[in-house]
Amino acid sequence: MHVRHCGGSALLAELDGLDEVVALYDALAEHPPAGVTDIVPAARTLLVRFEPPATPQSVEAAVRAVRPAPGGRTGACEVRIPVVYDGADLADVAALTGLPARDVVAAHTGTLWTVAFCGFAPGFGYLTGGDARLAVPRRAESRVRVPAGSVALAAGFSAVYPRESPGGWQLIGRTDAVVWDLAADPPALLRPGTRVRFTEVT
Amino acid sequence: MSRYGMLEVLATGPMTTVQDLGRPGRGDLGVGRSGAADRGALRLANRLVGNPEGAAALEITLGGLCVRARGDVVIALAGAACPATVTGPVGIRRQIGHHSVEHLPCGATLRLGTPARGLRTYLAARGGVDVTPVLGSRSTDILARLGPDLPVPGTLLPIGPPPAAFPAVDLAPVPETAGGELVLEILPGPRDDWFTPEALRVLRTEPYEVTADSNRVGIRLRGPVLERARDGELPSEGMVPGALQVPPSGQPTLFLADHPLTGGYPVIAVVRTRDVDRAAQARPGQCVRFRTA
Repeated sequence: MHVRHCGGSALLAELDGLDEVVALYDALAEHPPAGVTDIVPAARTLLVRFEPPATPQSVEAAVRAVRPAPGGRTGACEVRIPVVYDGADLADVAALTGLPARDVVAAHTGTLWTVAFCGFAPGFGYLTGGDARLAVPRRAESRVRVPAGSVALAAGFSAVYPRESPGGWQLIGRTDAVVWDLAADPPALLRPGTRVRFTEVT
Repeated sequence: MSRYGMLEVLATGPMTTVQDLGRPGRGDLGVGRSGAADRGALRLANRLVGNPEGAAALEITLGGLCVRARGDVVIALAGAACPATVTGPVGIRRQIGHHSVEHLPCGATLRLGTPARGLRTYLAARGGVDVTPVLGSRSTDILARLGPDLPVPGTLLPIGPPPAAFPAVDLAPVPETAGGELVLEILPGPRDDWFTPEALRVLRTEPYEVTADSNRVGIRLRGPVLERARDGELPSEGMVPGALQVPPSGQPTLFLADHPLTGGYPVIAVVRTRDVDRAAQARPGQCVRFRTA
């Protein structure tokens, strides 16, 4: 782990990969060091924001002292997301992967996904652990409006759009599952560490 | 009608939002902190009227706000100083001070002109602006589209119950917002190694101009190009307020309260936390210089 300073109120821990990020996030989220206000996991890094009296030195020492539990957090929750696989880009994904559309669906529902981190928009979880054959690039042109509940693929990740927003991911289906609910606490269904099983509904 | 009074919005100027100190602690859900762009000014306005420092207030960009009191309201202004005129219920006008505790009788209107220096003015009302909180905060995050709707003419902003504390002073003798060249202290990194040594020297010595393409998300700066020492893309990583992110154009963006939570362009340096408030008062056309401690 390499720790970089990010101004006077945050540290950026650089890790070898997503698994290490998730493991460190799990450990820190379960027992946040004193003064830490926000922990933002990303693909290779974990940003730790803090406030006085915590100092860069005290937070770095606390982060370095963390020993992530092997196998990740116990009791990570698992959710099922029912999907109608009729997305506008399903045929393009089939062409890009060389898989028939049926096999794209089988691959998407065939593995357990894990939320690695959130970003782009509130409650937008980046899901990893999927079938490697589903790694497709973003669309050449971004859409101005992607409906809430759209199930999508890009850059080795899958995601469910939490709200209507612009977006450049390949849309393969849609779900009625509510992944973002301001009345709920926490408001996001797909939080880092959550395991996700997509199931097909017709 | 709130039993503690309301502010009726008659005009908002270029942009007025409701802000408190934001919603920390949800960065892992993709929710940024948001909150007042000049946190120190919000705190001061609240202290003046005896509120807790983090009570919700109005953040007014470049003046132009006009509100009418429905019920008696005690207010204070902080941040960028605007000419401020109160017109009483029977039409008597008076100028009110900045950083001072003022009484708006029921039916009076308060009109803010354009600040001579600085960008953001905070209007605190004793009891706080009592709109419905979203995820524990009354701040509007304009990037994430979270929080209360932007006030528009006709919006009625309820005032909350008065706090137990009374205003302790009538006036806070704090220096006014700086005009002219703004000097901000930076800490290099976290990605200064993505740039040539020359880039950091340029950043520390050359002036940058605040462009009109600036808002609560960030300030687009115009100046000498900051050259990269390497190509390629950075996997997106967490961002902070004050980060100087450098896209391929080489022209840095200084992130403010509603910055994206993660970004894929390298951050050459970060403005010190205490100087981010001053950066939030920089106006388009103003020059900024960066120095290291």
